[in-house]
Amino acid sequence: MTSAPATRETRVNSFMPEPMRIVRMYNLTPDVKFFQVRAVDIDRAMTFDYKPGQFAMISLPNVGEAPFCISSTPTRPGLLEFCIRKAGSLTSAIFRLKENAVLGVRGPYGNGFPMERMEGKDVMLIMGGMGVAPLRSVLLYCLDDRDRFRNVTLLNGAKRPGDMIFRDEFLALKQREDLDCHLTVDGDDTGCWCDNVGVVTTLFRCIKPVDPENTFAVVCGPPVMYKFVIRELLELHVPKDQILMTLERRMKCGVGKCGHCAIDYVYTCLDGPVFTYWDVIHMRELI
Amino acid sequence: MRIVKLKKENLNVFLEAVSAGSELWAPVRKGPKHAFAPVQDLGQIELATTRTILPPKKLMVPPSFTMFTMRGSEYRETLSHVRRRILFGIHPCDIHGLLILDKLFMQNFPDPYYIEARKATLILGLSCWPDEHCLAKWTSTHVAEEGFDLFFNDLGDVFLVFIGSSKGDDIVRLKPDIFEEKVSDADIQSYVKWQKERDAAYRPGFDFVTMPRLMELKYRDPFWEKAEKACLACGGCSMVCPTCNCYNVADRKIPGDRPGERIRSWDSCTLHDYSLVAGGENFREMKRSRLKLYYTHKLEAYMSKFGKPSCVGCGRCVVTCPVGISVKSIADALEGKPVDAFWNTSSMEARP
Repeated sequence: MTSAPATRETRVNSFMPEPMRIVRMYNLTPDVKFFQVRAVDIDRAMTFDYKPGQFAMISLPNVGEAPFCISSTPTRPGLLEFCIRKAGSLTSAIFRLKENAVLGVRGPYGNGFPMERMEGKDVMLIMGGMGVAPLRSVLLYCLDDRDRFRNVTLLNGAKRPGDMIFRDEFLALKQREDLDCHLTVDGDDTGCWCDNVGVVTTLFRCIKPVDPENTFAVVCGPPVMYKFVIRELLELHVPKDQILMTLERRMKCGVGKCGHCAIDYVYTCLDGPVFTYWDVIHMRELI
Repeated sequence: MRIVKLKKENLNVFLEAVSAGSELWAPVRKGPKHAFAPVQDLGQIELATTRTILPPKKLMVPPSFTMFTMRGSEYRETLSHVRRRILFGIHPCDIHGLLILDKLFMQNFPDPYYIEARKATLILGLSCWPDEHCLAKWTSTHVAEEGFDLFFNDLGDVFLVFIGSSKGDDIVRLKPDIFEEKVSDADIQSYVKWQKERDAAYRPGFDFVTMPRLMELKYRDPFWEKAEKACLACGGCSMVCPTCNCYNVADRKIPGDRPGERIRSWDSCTLHDYSLVAGGENFREMKRSRLKLYYTHKLEAYMSKFGKPSCVGCGRCVVTCPVGISVKSIADALEGKPVDAFWNTSSMEARP
């Protein structure tokens, strides 16, 4: 019936951002920037452990705080990477920062992808637009520990070649023999796009035969994409609880208090942001 | 549980002694209603009240307060709302409300702002008599078994005082001569009689246990459209709800040299921008889906997580909603009863 009193010294404030320094930043597309950050406290930098699919709250004093998915992989500790699209006042302010500036970061939060369950299975990554940001973490995780996963297939779509985040990296991945990488654009305004043209579902024509019972499909993209991609996956008989997706909500706390990410009876920040297609059917308003 | 007896005339002697060095908060009159407020003069305290306008959550997480002050890239925690307080006159439903907030705020990523304020507040509960809007008997929150330091059960001339914590025991010992250790058979008889009469005074309610399934079965029922047309999306139901915990966070930049502030303020899932995300996508553009989220939380979500509803039956939404949407009217609609409250709103257009 007693609880240890939390003193000012030992008590942790769940909402206190940790200072992290921008090590590197560059443009990915005209409105998306890549940020590599490292905890100012080097010990913390090395112990910040997370899972692909988890997110962090990024904060700037006097501007605000918002959730961003982590794009780097825990297999490469020390640095955290984010792909940030300029969408509002906070992201605009983050865009104005220079390398070596300090950001507030807290996390990691959320459930992340069930990487252990995916081991020994085929992994299909289907992404569109900004969906690359969370799925890059899964991709790099699989590639860094390639032997633990069976076939890895990657389908990535963007509006135009200039909008494809990490385009050069993806083009380079096409050379790898241990990865089946397919890229597409909705329209080519450059005249030099030499891959598929069409929406991301058109890439399902190009993939190798699927062993559905042993396949985990991971989907992330704009809301409109899910319906069509899921239809393709169901036609391939991928089980509903092996179709994984990560959802976007605007958390104010990240830790199950503020309520903003509530869906039905779950909180996206605690029970998500990774959900299965079965969850989508079972609950409402997920996508 | 240790139970002692206090003569009603000695209540103020006790409150005087116990509130030395602390702020004493109790129900006081506010226009035609009552509100928890700091008490200067013990004569202000109203013992026979129903619900206060706002629930006691306002003491633990104020409607708006500063989480951090910020200078450069430094964040400094502030706990300016935390004060040593005695909260007297809190009814069983509101005690249950705090117990639900405890689960939300104290477990799994503990919230220091809530916890520190909660720890600094002594809870002195008080029995009450239901009016026609009270639902506490139906939510099983009309009796508090825990969650208080002392609980005063009003039996006319005397209070039976239930001691619920070690701190509660300490404060009873501040004035040992006014508390009687002996509770007589006649006192017990009088308590049993009081409880029976009080329980009988509740208006017929509804069965909360069936609500989760009914929410699922009637998720697309046309009554939601009627409720939607009536709903003003004002958020009043959330402000007055003892278990609504949602909040918003925004930074306030202060001109000049002073540090900026990160402000946390009450929010409501019934407000339009609640589920807005970057780029303008709004996952709950329509009032209907926001109303359903609200009532999923009140009638369904906690049942599956904690085995009881997150509604504590205080009746505040019933008396607050200007168009009569409340846990009661939604539950009635779910049970298929006609609901006058928002039935005749066909002239209003559905608006986001």
